[in-house]
Amino acid sequence: MPSMDVVAQSQERALVARLQAGDAAAFETLVRRHTPALLRVARRFMKSEEDARDAVQDAFVAAFKSIGSFGANAQLSTWLHRIVINACLMRLRTQRRRREEDIEEFLPRFQEDGHQVTPSRQWSETAETILQRSELVGVVRASIDRLPDTYREVLLLRDIEELSTEETAKMLGITANAVKIRLHRARQALRTLLDPYMRGMQ
Amino acid sequence: MKCEEFITFLADYLDGELPPETVERFQRHLDGCRSCTAYLATYRETILMARGVVGVELTEVPEELIEAVLGSFG
Repeated sequence: MPSMDVVAQSQERALVARLQAGDAAAFETLVRRHTPALLRVARRFMKSEEDARDAVQDAFVAAFKSIGSFGANAQLSTWLHRIVINACLMRLRTQRRRREEDIEEFLPRFQEDGHQVTPSRQWSETAETILQRSELVGVVRASIDRLPDTYREVLLLRDIEELSTEETAKMLGITANAVKIRLHRARQALRTLLDPYMRGMQ
Repeated sequence: MKCEEFITFLADYLDGELPPETVERFQRHLDGCRSCTAYLATYRETILMARGVVGVELTEVPEELIEAVLGSFG
């Protein structure tokens, strides 16, 4: 998280004080300033726009409830980022997909001698060139969405939202070791899903 | 080292969490294994692609959402 300059810091402290005093105009400032960032995060986690917007609403409700305990050294954007992630995780928990694709089928398989059943090959494209092509960005996004939720959540938290292993573990209520295992499996599965697109192109 | 061990502990290798002698075994394996060299490269690209999707996403914020949030505290 980028550190704020002194002016921005004192402005934020003033805003927090007004929020804690229940100032309605301060709430509006907060909502207008932070909704874009929160919605971007919620859109990554939730599969529909409607769910993403609902999660943002949930997040502001939770934020308003707990603004009293906002720490003096905290940063509003970081604090809200964690709150909206929690709101998304809670919504996802209540609407877990009934049939999740088993992740095993996307993991590499090995022969008895320890070699891969199908040797891996280099890709002809790099992430940088792929991300300039909107149809392929759609493929990446759809592939992330194909991961079972328990794996997708860890990938989003660690690789995309850039939370630490420990913080991810705390948010999901699992051990740090489980986070590491799930993250590695999620990346492997995503790699398998992207492989045909990345190899087949000129 | 076998490919299976290499791929299983790949994330720890990339995180720099393995003891030096294990890292050396990883590097020796990589020198002789094209499949794992490709796997490592494509695994890294996968992480970059997941991260990169974030930079190119929808950015418009509907005013009705802001109004709805504000309305719920009116």
